[in-house]
Amino acid sequence: MRRVAVVGVGCTRVGELWDKSLKDLIVESTLKALDDAGIEKIDTIYVGNALSQILQRQGNLGSLTVDVLGLEETPAISLEAADASGGLAFHEAVKAVKFGWADFVLVVGVEKMSDASSSEVAEALMTFEDQDYVAFTGINQAGLHALLLRLYMEKFRVKHEEIAMFAVNAHKNAANNSYAQFRSLINVEDVLKSPIIADPLRLLEYSTIADGSAAVILCPLEEAKKIKKNPVEVLASTIATDRFFLFERVDMLTFNSTRKAVKKALEEAKISLQDINLVEVHDASTILGVLSLEDLGFVEKGKGASFVAEGHISLDGTLPTNTFGGLKGRGNPVGATGVYQIVEMVWQLRGEAGKNQVGNAKVGLTHNLGGTGSYATVNILKGNLT
Amino acid sequence: MTTTSVPKYWREIKYRYRLIGSRCLQCGKIFFPHRAVCRVCGSRKLEDYKLSEKGEVLSFTVIRRNSPSSFEKNVPYIVGLIKLENGITLLSQIVDCSIEEVSIGMPVELTFRKIKEAGKEGIIEYGFKFRPVLK
Amino acid sequence: MKPEKCVGIISYGGYVPIYRVKTSEIARMWGRDGEPMQAEEVAVASMDEDSVTMAVEAARYALKSAKIDPKEIGAIYIGSESKPYAVKSSGTIVAEAIGASPHITAADFEFACKGGTEALQACIGLVAAGMVKYGLAIGVDAAQAAPSDDLEYTVACGGAAFLVGPKTDETIAYFEGSCSYVSDTPDFWRRAEQPYPSHAGRFTGEPAYFRHVINAAKNLMKEFSYKPEDFDYVIFHQPNLKFPVRAGLMLGFTRKQLEPGLVIPSIGNVYAGSALLGLVAVLDSAKPGERILLVSYGSGGGSDAFSIVVQRKPSKGNPTPFISQLISRKKYLDYAQYAKYRGKMFF
Repeated sequence: MRRVAVVGVGCTRVGELWDKSLKDLIVESTLKALDDAGIEKIDTIYVGNALSQILQRQGNLGSLTVDVLGLEETPAISLEAADASGGLAFHEAVKAVKFGWADFVLVVGVEKMSDASSSEVAEALMTFEDQDYVAFTGINQAGLHALLLRLYMEKFRVKHEEIAMFAVNAHKNAANNSYAQFRSLINVEDVLKSPIIADPLRLLEYSTIADGSAAVILCPLEEAKKIKKNPVEVLASTIATDRFFLFERVDMLTFNSTRKAVKKALEEAKISLQDINLVEVHDASTILGVLSLEDLGFVEKGKGASFVAEGHISLDGTLPTNTFGGLKGRGNPVGATGVYQIVEMVWQLRGEAGKNQVGNAKVGLTHNLGGTGSYATVNILKGNLT
Repeated sequence: MTTTSVPKYWREIKYRYRLIGSRCLQCGKIFFPHRAVCRVCGSRKLEDYKLSEKGEVLSFTVIRRNSPSSFEKNVPYIVGLIKLENGITLLSQIVDCSIEEVSIGMPVELTFRKIKEAGKEGIIEYGFKFRPVLK
Repeated sequence: MKPEKCVGIISYGGYVPIYRVKTSEIARMWGRDGEPMQAEEVAVASMDEDSVTMAVEAARYALKSAKIDPKEIGAIYIGSESKPYAVKSSGTIVAEAIGASPHITAADFEFACKGGTEALQACIGLVAAGMVKYGLAIGVDAAQAAPSDDLEYTVACGGAAFLVGPKTDETIAYFEGSCSYVSDTPDFWRRAEQPYPSHAGRFTGEPAYFRHVINAAKNLMKEFSYKPEDFDYVIFHQPNLKFPVRAGLMLGFTRKQLEPGLVIPSIGNVYAGSALLGLVAVLDSAKPGERILLVSYGSGGGSDAFSIVVQRKPSKGNPTPFISQLISRKKYLDYAQYAKYRGKMFF
């Protein structure tokens, strides 16, 4: 088993990128990552994508990616795990390097959602849930999050205002991220006055249709040291599942996928939660952001909202969270999100985060969810700045 | 997206029309939706089990925008998490009820309704929904 | 028509949707404010209801108090003029929804507003012949009226289901016999591809409704040597309030005999469910020994008349709600919501 490092990162802007096709996005992020790494040869490609078969009627992305990059000899693997496709692609790539199956591995996450109408996308997102007994009710993803939001506020007697702060933090960090989809500053009142999408969830609490692609290059740590002065090491990469049906879970407000994944990751990295300096969590909605902080173990169940409201997650707080805007601010091109999280964490751990640089960023954790918590990936990365 | 797979709909008819889940013959655990392998004891012997037709609302939301296509005409509609007996919770639309009336804890009962139809030519898909209990 | 073996009503159930629109609101829409109305308000099916879903609700209510295994039902016949499928039996869906399939015969009956009583006649025949143990007859409609048409002020949604079987001491009521009167009288019709029906105006009165209803009722009473006084209740098909009352009075019945079966003022004309819902309302309160004359009318045209004797009242704690409970639980719609629910808006 070898130690694994990230040696190159790159991404496109996130937004409704009308001029760019799925293929254009793949090429852009990949070339940026290759340039950042300063290498040309890739042994294997891992592609993470959730919806292209539905929205673009385009499958077989492994082969497609090899083709658009002009490579002929490279094997490729495409993976899908709902909105955790990016996290899963990264996970498999880490394994390839760790177990010696490949040396230089490219991971690219890509999603192009603006090709379809809002209702087509709403329907496509429901492929992440059971078709026969969940999608069949007519609920959409926002509705599922809204159910949890209401349950949480009822159970823990928490005000919506506190939970909404998650989005405020997201936009604040996105403001300085030139790749982010939404760069406007918002406050809690803006969030709570924004249109209702599914009671009681508001528009400004929920990530929306986005296009984007992010790519990273992995290789053994020993190789990385030859290329980069301060390569970022992948200390752990884990995946876990929870019951597919939200309503069959013992506690609907606890995602056991996250809990299992983080437990395994901390064991693998041989560190404890206190060693984590900053996190990228899966805030597809504010409530999922809050629940994720709790399920990862940073705060007790039910106390996540006040943790956020008290400002602990800001860049200068005790646990800087979603430092480039997260899913709400930077954006959530679903299958690519997990890889964006890695790119941003690497910038932080390299000290390349510019205005959003977290001081003393040594160890970071990224957390990517699939479906309403039926799938989770957790990665722990360590910077090597002296 | 709006075309229906007839066989896919047809296979679930019995379960959706009459709210039938599964019961493990080995350990007695009840499941909904129906399943082939018991999650508790691993048994592969499960039988059809008719669930209770009454329950209470645990949480609810109202779909107002971006409804999946084929549900657009129904907007706004209420979807809730409903707790039945035997530890079963499920997801269902709540009907015959205004948005102002629906509340956590509200008692509801099973009703048979149209879920969606594949245009004017396609089949009509029926299934279960829940409504406030008739007083 | 007298069945060889006596057939009884094992149980029954009526269903009316929760929504109503006041006829004054419809009048407001079309500038007919202040005109006298046949119904105060009409029952309106929700967007996710149709004649099949309402048939299931009525059937389920009937089965709640029947204490039989649905698999013992040998026939399911549904009368409706608003079937959601022109070709695909509603009976197949209802049978599945109540757990009665697959060892069952099913068919849909069309005879305008008397499809339900036709279904009833057929079930009585099969039971009396010993061909089935139980038969389920349903009359249900979610009929349509063109915007601004006169029919909008009466057309309504709902239905009733009757589980019939061999008469025993336990049956709620039994059929003494029935009589039908049918002729080719095109008073009200709907061509196959048309969404809304057409009618021949005042021709729907004397040569249509009255001729058939009076003849069916008279012939039944003649066959059994009954006079109006031998009945405690008379129930007619109710396209409006005037016709059933006039028919009753013409035949020599009193308002007292008519009142309990009149449902149109509170829910409107439920077409194939109209007379049968009137029967439900009467059975809900009738006393053992009382006799009912049920007279349906279907445009086209024909009338079925039945003589029914009550044996017992629905028991205390009966799980099936009284139709009065369903009628009194209501939510009002304005015309826009009504148009949306009844598919009069184009999307």
